[in-house]
Amino acid sequence: MKAKTREQSLSDSRELDGSYDQLTGNPPSSQSKKTIKQRFLKLLPCCQPSATPSVSQYSIEDDFELSTVCYRPEGLEKLLEQTKFTKKELQILYRGFKNECPSGVVNEETFKLIYSQFFPQGDSSTYAHFLFDAFDTQKNGSVSFEDFVAGLSIILRGSINDRLNWAFNLYDLNKDGCITKEEMTDIMKSIYDMMGKCTYPSMKETAPSEHVENFFQKMDRNKDGVVTIDEFIESCQKDENIMQSMQLFDNVI
Amino acid sequence: MAAGVAAWLPFARAAAIGWMPVANLPMPVAPTEKNKRQDELIVLNVSGRRFQTWRNTLDRYPDTLLGSSEKEFFYDEETKEYFFDRDPDVFRSILNFYRTGKLHYPRYECISSYDEELAFFGIIPEIIGDCCYEEYKDRKRENAERLMDDQEDNKDSKLPNMTFRETMWRAFENPHTSTMALVFYYVTGFFIAVSVITNVVETVPCGSSPNQKDVPCGERYTVAFFCMDTACVMIFTVEYLLRLFAAPSRYRFMRSVMSIIDVVAILPYYIGLVMTNNEDVSGAFVTLRVFRVFRIFKFSRHSQGLRILGYTLKSCASELGFLLFSLTMAIIIFATVMFYAEKGSTSSKFTSIPASFWYTIVTMTTLGYGDMVPKTIAGKIFGSICSLSGVLVIALPVPVIVSNFSRIYHQNQRADKRRAQKKARLARIRISKTGTSNAFLHSKRNGLLNEALDLTGSTEDERHHNKTTSLLESQHHHLLHCLEKTTTPSQHPPSFPLPQNHEFVDEHLYEQNCLEGALQNYTSRSPSLSSSGGLTGTCCSRRSRRKSAHLPNSAMSPGPPHGLQELSAVHIHRSDRPPLSTSRSSLNLMPDEAMRLNCKSGQITTAIISIPTPPGTTPEGDGHGPPSPSVQTTAGSSVVKVSAL
Repeated sequence: MKAKTREQSLSDSRELDGSYDQLTGNPPSSQSKKTIKQRFLKLLPCCQPSATPSVSQYSIEDDFELSTVCYRPEGLEKLLEQTKFTKKELQILYRGFKNECPSGVVNEETFKLIYSQFFPQGDSSTYAHFLFDAFDTQKNGSVSFEDFVAGLSIILRGSINDRLNWAFNLYDLNKDGCITKEEMTDIMKSIYDMMGKCTYPSMKETAPSEHVENFFQKMDRNKDGVVTIDEFIESCQKDENIMQSMQLFDNVI
Repeated sequence: MAAGVAAWLPFARAAAIGWMPVANLPMPVAPTEKNKRQDELIVLNVSGRRFQTWRNTLDRYPDTLLGSSEKEFFYDEETKEYFFDRDPDVFRSILNFYRTGKLHYPRYECISSYDEELAFFGIIPEIIGDCCYEEYKDRKRENAERLMDDQEDNKDSKLPNMTFRETMWRAFENPHTSTMALVFYYVTGFFIAVSVITNVVETVPCGSSPNQKDVPCGERYTVAFFCMDTACVMIFTVEYLLRLFAAPSRYRFMRSVMSIIDVVAILPYYIGLVMTNNEDVSGAFVTLRVFRVFRIFKFSRHSQGLRILGYTLKSCASELGFLLFSLTMAIIIFATVMFYAEKGSTSSKFTSIPASFWYTIVTMTTLGYGDMVPKTIAGKIFGSICSLSGVLVIALPVPVIVSNFSRIYHQNQRADKRRAQKKARLARIRISKTGTSNAFLHSKRNGLLNEALDLTGSTEDERHHNKTTSLLESQHHHLLHCLEKTTTPSQHPPSFPLPQNHEFVDEHLYEQNCLEGALQNYTSRSPSLSSSGGLTGTCCSRRSRRKSAHLPNSAMSPGPPHGLQELSAVHIHRSDRPPLSTSRSSLNLMPDEAMRLNCKSGQITTAIISIPTPPGTTPEGDGHGPPSPSVQTTAGSSVVKVSAL
C-alpha cells in the first residue's frame, strides 16, 4: 500500500485480468498450463498418466533439473591431448568458466548474457547465437568446457588454415559447406547490430548488404552466388589484411 | 564489467575471428602484456587472518584499492604478503565481492563499520547486490535518523548569547530549560483544563428553581462562567501573542497546526463579544461555541503521547484513506442491496438507500443498535454477509496503523531514554577528556620538575619516575607545549627576564579564573585558554600564569613581589610531606597522591603557582579555600592562588 508509484498501482490491475502471474510476476508460462482434461484425469487415481503426455514439454521442473545437473569435464590430461593449451592455461580457463557457469555447461542464454557484457552499446545477441552454434559442436544446446576449449584452441593456437576453417564454419549457418548470400547477410547484420545505433558516421540501412556484396565480390571466384570452403581459404590467403589480422590471435592468452 | 566475465575476455577476443575475413580495413595492433606473468597466488594478511587469492581475481576491479597499485603500499617485503590492519570479518565480504562479483551486506555487521571498510577499500556501496541492498539501505536510514536525533538534542545546548526572543522561543518549545518555562507550561496546562471543564459543566443541569424546569448551570451562573471564560481566553491570547512574538519565523508559525488550534480556540469568544445583541446571528454564535472544545487539543503541547498519535495518523494517511475508501464502497453496495431486499416488506425502516447507509455502518462496525433490522429472509442473509465483511474490511488496515504507531512510539521512547542517558554519558566522556589534558599538565609539571631537579641536583629516583610516560605521550605533550609557545605574545616588560606563556589550564581553574576575573582589576598579560577548548576567554583576561620553572630562577631575583615565589620555591624543595599538611602544597598532595600511588613518600610535589603579573602591582589579597574535590581536577587543585604569606 505504501509508496507505490502510480504506474505500478495502475499496472497491477493486470493481476485481475489474468494476464499476469501473481507469484512470479511473469506472464503465465504456457508450458505450465495443463489441459483441463489432464487436470481432471490427475485427480482420478486410476488414470494417472503413466506415459508422458505429449503436451507437457518444458515445465519448470525440467528447468531446475538442468541447473542442478553438474557436468564435469574430462580429465585435465585428456584435454591437454586434445587441445594445444598448456596445463596452466587450461586451469585458468576452467576457473573462469566454472566461476560463471557453476553447473559446468553454458546454455545459450548465459552465453548471450556473457557476450553482451562486452558490447554494452549494441545488440550482440544474434552474433552470440551464431557463435554458440559454432561452439556447440555436438548440437545439444549447451556448450561444455570441452567444446569451449576445443573452439578456443583452434582459434588461439591453431594454424592459419585451422582458423580460417573455423571462421568458415561460423559463417556457414546451416553447415552445408557453402556460404550463401542470405547467410552472409545475416552474419553481417549481426555484426553491425553489435555496433548499435550510436555511431559516427551513423550506419545506413544498406550498409550490411553493401558489405556483403563487397565480400562476395572478393571471395566468390566462380561467381556462382555461394562461397565454398576452398574459395574462401584461397581468397583469404591472398588478402594481406586478413592474414595479418589472423596473427592477432596468437597472443590472446 | 562484472567479475566473472573478466575471465571471459580471452573468449570474447577469440570470437572476434568472425569479423576478420569480412573486415575491409586492417585491424589495429593488439596490446601485448609487457611482463607476461603466470597467474599467481597472493596472500592478504588482514589482522592475522590470511586470505589467499589469485592476483587476477583482484585485478578484476582496477578502481578499488586491492585491484590497483595502491595495495603496494601495504606490501610487506619480509613476509611477502600484503598486510591490512582492518577487520577480518568484514574483509570476507569484500574479498567475496572480487570473487563472485556480488557484494553482500552481512546482517550482523554494524552499518557504520561496514561503510568504513568499504570506503577504505575503495568500493562504492551502490553495488551491493539486490539481495542485500534493501537491508543495507534500511539500516543506513535508521542510523542516519538516530544521528540526526542526537544532533538535534545537541542543539539544545545553551549558547551564551541568545537574544531574548530566542530564549523565549526555546522556553516555549522545551519547558525543561528553565524554571520560568516550567511555570508557564504548568499554568497554561492548568488553564486549558479549567477551560475545558468549564465548557463541560456549563451544560450540566444545575438544580431547578421551582417555577422553571432544569436549567443548565451555564444559564444559572452566567456571570461566573463568563468570568472564567474571560480569564482563560485572556491567558490563551497572551500565550498566543507571546509565541507569535518569539517565533523565529512568524509566517511559518502562523501556518502551523498548533497555532491554528490556538486561534480557533479563542476566536469564538471574541466573536461572541462582538455580536452579543444580534438575535439571528446568536444562533450561529451558539454553534461557534462548539469550537471551544478545540481547546482540548492544546493539550497536545503538553502530552507527547497525543503528539505521537497525531503524527501516526498523519503518517498512516494512505492506510486511513484506503480504509475509508473501502468502507465507503462496501457501505454503498450493502445499503443498495439491503434497500432492494427490504423493499417488499411492509413498515420497513429501509425507506431509501441513504437511510440504509445507517444500517450498513452500524452493522459493519458490529455495533448493531437494532433500530433498523431486516425482516425479509433475503434481507437477513445479506445483513449477515454485511456484518461478516465489515469485520474483515476494518481488520485489514488497522494492524498497519497499529504497527506504525508502535514504531513511532518506540522511537520516541528511545529518544527519551537516550536523552536521559546522555547526561551521564557526557559526564563520563568529559572525565576521560580531562584525564588526557590533566596528563598533559601533569607531565608539564614533571617536565619542569625535571628541569628544576637538574638545577638543584636532586636524587635519581625522582628523575626515574618521569621516564614512564610513553613516547607517544611525550610527543603529544611536546606538541601542546609548542602550541602554547606559539600563541604566547611577545615580551612586554623588558625588565622581566622570562616571557609569560600562554598555557593550557584545566576546567576547574578556568572557572575559578572566570569568577575572579570579575572581582579583580589588575591588568593582565595574556588571556589563558581553557583546556576544554572552544570557549573563548571572554571573562578570563585577567590571569596570567607562571611556570614553576621560573621559580628557581626568580628566586634569585630580589624584590618583594618575588618573595612569594621564593616561598613557593621553598615548597618545591621540601621532601617531607606531613609538615606541609597545613600549607598549600598539602592541597596539592591530596589529588596527586591519587595519581602516584606507587611513588615514594618523599615525592616532591609541584605547584603551578599563579602570581599576579607585573611587578609593582599588589598581589591579590584573597586566597581561597581548598578546591572542591572532583575527579577531574587533579591538576586543578594544584593550582592555587597565592595568598600573601
